[in-house]
Amino acid sequence: MVDKLNDDIGEEKRLQLWEMMLKLRLVEKKAYDLFLQNLIKGTSHLALGQEAIAGAFGVALKQGDYTFCTYRGHAHTLARGSSIEGVLGELMGRQCGLMKGKGGSMHLTDVEKGVMGSYAIIGAHLTIANGTALASKYNKTNEVSVCFFGDGTTNIGAFHEALNMAKIWNLPIVFVCENNLYMEYTPIHEVTAVEHPAADRAGAYDLDKIIVDGNDADEMLRTAEKAISKAREGKGPSLIEAKTYRHSGHSRADPGKYRPDEEVKDWMENKDPIKNYRAKLLDFNINEKIISEIEEKVKDQVEKATEISMASPIPEIKEIYTDVWANGGSEWHN
Amino acid sequence: MAQLTYRSSVSLAIAQSMRKDQKVFFIGEDVGAAGGVFKATVGLLEEFGKERVMDAPISEQAILGAAMGAAMTGLRPIAEIMFSDFLAVCWDIVANQIAKTRYMSDGQINIPLVIRTANGGGSKFGAQHSQSLENWSMMIPGLKVVAPSCPSDVLGLMDSAVKDPDPVIFYEHKSLYAFKEEIEQTDISIPIGEANTLHEGKDITIIGLALMAQRAKEAALILKDKHDINAKVIDLRSLVPLDLQTIKKSVIETGHVLTVEENPRLCGWGAEISSLISEHCFKNLKGPVTRVTTPHVPLPSADILEDNTIPSVELIVNEVIKKLKGE
Repeated sequence: MVDKLNDDIGEEKRLQLWEMMLKLRLVEKKAYDLFLQNLIKGTSHLALGQEAIAGAFGVALKQGDYTFCTYRGHAHTLARGSSIEGVLGELMGRQCGLMKGKGGSMHLTDVEKGVMGSYAIIGAHLTIANGTALASKYNKTNEVSVCFFGDGTTNIGAFHEALNMAKIWNLPIVFVCENNLYMEYTPIHEVTAVEHPAADRAGAYDLDKIIVDGNDADEMLRTAEKAISKAREGKGPSLIEAKTYRHSGHSRADPGKYRPDEEVKDWMENKDPIKNYRAKLLDFNINEKIISEIEEKVKDQVEKATEISMASPIPEIKEIYTDVWANGGSEWHN
Repeated sequence: MAQLTYRSSVSLAIAQSMRKDQKVFFIGEDVGAAGGVFKATVGLLEEFGKERVMDAPISEQAILGAAMGAAMTGLRPIAEIMFSDFLAVCWDIVANQIAKTRYMSDGQINIPLVIRTANGGGSKFGAQHSQSLENWSMMIPGLKVVAPSCPSDVLGLMDSAVKDPDPVIFYEHKSLYAFKEEIEQTDISIPIGEANTLHEGKDITIIGLALMAQRAKEAALILKDKHDINAKVIDLRSLVPLDLQTIKKSVIETGHVLTVEENPRLCGWGAEISSLISEHCFKNLKGPVTRVTTPHVPLPSADILEDNTIPSVELIVNEVIKKLKGE
């Protein structure tokens, strides 16, 4: 049941979140299609089913805030406002890509939008996100840094080093653990000493234990806004554990067969954040026509961006030798 | 004119950079209140306060990660890794993140940071606190590698390293911390990538770095006095970027080359220099390039063992004589 009289989010923000999540979903689906057509090479880690987390933060963050994500980062990049053709173009290795084909799927970066990189070595970016947060504190500005990572990250050393440092220096940062229940191919509970891989560790760093249904977009938005405000007010770091589920396998090569059929079915049918949010919008008496118009608009945007990406030229070979150094080149001797 | 030790030139160099640019801050373990385990950062906390001189926990990944993230926003951090051997516990941040992010981001991100670290043997600390690791970082595209051999080079190269828009690993040699030099001007700048000639000569080219450059110079003095051999000693100062032109010019004159490295033999930087010389100066060579290195072993601890592992002045002298006179 929804409480329409005490609605703290409101129609405008809900529709913004709806559009955002749809964009993340449809671009990931498009990425999958382009893989099947062999237009995207290499690997890719889709966030299908996890859209409410990146989407909520995308709505809650301000321009100038910093985000860091993992190799499963297409959604988090788009959520900051990066162009769809910038993302799909990068996946396809085209000149219109965010990094003109130099980084690929696992390293999406768009500094202008605050996307400070996607990191493919587990744990590293938690420590790096502390650095942008430290810079905000050092410069006495009020940007917030947000760092997304998976449940598997909670078992690597950098996670613990980063949380300790963020706490002792009271950094303006939000750590977001997307617990999709599987560390790559292995159930996270089989390889972790505690039940809640992030939240049960929070106490060790004098942080609050925060667990949220990462597939409930409204709850996710409330949690994100609260943690971001806390950081922005100089009240220090937060660690959020958001429970969610991948609709697809770990990466392109993984059909995800290690997960019980019933479990997958339950998450896909009963806990899909997008399906459930559409129903919630209707519960809040939002006109279905408006909802559908947004759907059509996003579909259209994705199709147009796909066309732009496919028409974009491939990089020039000389690009191999550019941008190792700040002078634009790669020379290492005179 | 003031006499400065290599140790005191480190803290002075950092202080000079911090006075000039508010964007520069300093982070490391025991660097502030304790003044550094080698006392190379004494006085910085007192002058600049806790906001700019940060004592960090024993978390090398977190230290370098924080420095990297801050540098991504335009700040210019100097991060200390207490012993270069500890780079191994944060090598992901160094080799995968700091080195590659500019390239992967198609130049969207610059990382203007300095990692300074105490490097090299001579202190009988054993295999995990004595290594000479310049070659580890030299092989990663995206890292500049500097190793000063004297107090004035510490001052001049640190100034350039902090101003450099790219990441610089600054290897300070532990056995040089007590090295003294008369210095006229302390606020100096030496471009990274320019080798320095420590001794002139046209009979043989000896190429060294940090402590080995100083030992090569001592060897050159003995060779001149006692053996009538005039050796040119080139102190590379930096491995990346490398001053190949200075090497080439000397090799064309001498035709004989000896590299002196403190690292174990395999894949030491001398191998790359030797390869470059054979590629660029093959016709000028009068014999093979000789590499003097430590044997391919971890560094042992006992006096006699360590002293006989790291190339000594005597060894350099003997190798040169063997090479030129066949003795």
